[in-house]
Amino acid sequence: MDAIRIEGLTKHYSVGFWRPRRYTALDHLTLRVAEREVFGFLGPNGAGKTTTLKLLMQLMFPSEGTAEILGKPVGDVSVRRRIGYLPEHPYFYENLTAEELLSYFASLFGYHGQERAQRVSRLLDDVGLGAERRFQLRKYSKGMLQRVGLAQALINDPELVFLDEPMSGLDPIGRAQVRDLILTLRDRGVTVFFSSHILSDAEAICSRVGILAAGKLAAAGSLTEIVPFKIHGWDLVVGGAPQALLDELTGGGATVTRISDDRYRLLLSDAAAPDAIVGRVSAAGGTIVSLNPLRKTLEDFFMAQVGQTAARHFD
Amino acid sequence: MRAVLLVARHVFKDSVRDKVLYAIVAFALVLMATSFLIGQLTAGQDVKIIKDLGLAAMSLFGLFIALFIGIGLVAREIDRRSIYAVLAKPIRRHEFIVGKYLGLVATLAINLIVMTAAYYVVLAYMRWTLSPAALAGQPPATDPRLLIGVAMIGAELALVTAVALFWSTFSSSALLSAALTAGLWIAGQFGSDLRNLGQVVKSPVAAGVGRALYYLLPNFAAFDVKAQVVHGLPIGAAYIATTLLYGIAYAAMLIAAAVMIFSRRDFK
Repeated sequence: MDAIRIEGLTKHYSVGFWRPRRYTALDHLTLRVAEREVFGFLGPNGAGKTTTLKLLMQLMFPSEGTAEILGKPVGDVSVRRRIGYLPEHPYFYENLTAEELLSYFASLFGYHGQERAQRVSRLLDDVGLGAERRFQLRKYSKGMLQRVGLAQALINDPELVFLDEPMSGLDPIGRAQVRDLILTLRDRGVTVFFSSHILSDAEAICSRVGILAAGKLAAAGSLTEIVPFKIHGWDLVVGGAPQALLDELTGGGATVTRISDDRYRLLLSDAAAPDAIVGRVSAAGGTIVSLNPLRKTLEDFFMAQVGQTAARHFD
Repeated sequence: MRAVLLVARHVFKDSVRDKVLYAIVAFALVLMATSFLIGQLTAGQDVKIIKDLGLAAMSLFGLFIALFIGIGLVAREIDRRSIYAVLAKPIRRHEFIVGKYLGLVATLAINLIVMTAAYYVVLAYMRWTLSPAALAGQPPATDPRLLIGVAMIGAELALVTAVALFWSTFSSSALLSAALTAGLWIAGQFGSDLRNLGQVVKSPVAAGVGRALYYLLPNFAAFDVKAQVVHGLPIGAAYIATTLLYGIAYAAMLIAAAVMIFSRRDFK
């Protein structure tokens, strides 16, 4: 069964006070997300990602189209018992502590007493806020609020979780923790639908992605379909290689760029044999700093898709 | 109903920690205490002035609480986007609205109880310090009938809160909601003037508009029985019951309208 089924979802806004014009934020989006997959919903700022999530959470009502979550229409309140949602740039009641906020949300799901207290405590530990649980939220940084947002999205052990820009506002350690958290959720069988414009995050954790541009779905599929693992060259960084060897490699088709005093980057074609070149550099007294394959990345695909999509227009 | 009570309890918890609330209540208590000093300056009128000022302070500062915290009920939630996470939980929009309203009414009730307690402490002190001769011919200093005035202030504030809630369901600006609520409260103080506009203007259209506004706008003036309770004048039980029923019916109508608007609202 599909965890999410979206059919022709469209949202128009009226823009302008004196001469209102219709602005299409989301244009006939049709999408399926299977159970237990991590789906990355990608797109540049203003593409319609947050609008889609708000329509799925019934924070907005669609102009056209329908959507189902876990087999039920999005308007069915009972389905919200089984899902979690992290809004973009989350903000909560600043007079409450993180513990009180999570207790309030837990009670909306029917948790009480010891069970509620244990659940809140475990989640705050999981997101790294165990020590700050009794601070009022007004004292929290943006990154800490993001962590509280993640904790509240998971308060009911959801089967499906929607995360709107979950890495936003987090430092590199926080981002790595969120990536690990998403993978842990996947291993537990939770379906994760997350929006992002940070492609490296999506590439590291998603099984499938959809790319939204100007309100339209530009592409959707598994990462292997979208970005086949095809090597089209090598990126070799060497240190202390003699000039004669570098000249020889340049003559053989390599592009050599000086990085620092004795360190060079060599871009080799896919026809080159990197093992042999590594051997020659070592034999000549040089050292290998790094060797990486060059392949088409999600970013290349993304830029091509977004660039092709016509700009959104006003009616 | 469980969700309504959970939201109400949350609003109460959040509101009672609002520094604005403490500032307003502290100011009201200070004013009540200073009314004692003002009373000292007016020979023979001490207790009456304290009774008057105390009830006026409760009414005015209760209004401030209803305005400053009431507008945050929904408008600030939308403005700051804290509403997104709540409405994604298993709660219906009408439960959220009704819970918000009851939570603030509970906050107002607690504050009114605190102010009333302080009010009676000041009045009891007056009774203790003044000679019986100074109090002769006046209603008792700690007259329990003053509680009728307090109850009517409470009912009026509950209606003001419903007005604030109504405006804040379709305006994202907390300031605009406050201005509209304050405007309606001021207009509602002139209920009888609007009804009797025909006696002072010749235009039948203006008189008709005045009469229509009288029925349309909440008649806050009807809740004002301060003069009667301070002077110990009788107030009919029927009048109190009718006014309270009017307040409940008007507030219920506003909340129903707020629910209808809020249930269809997009949060952009």
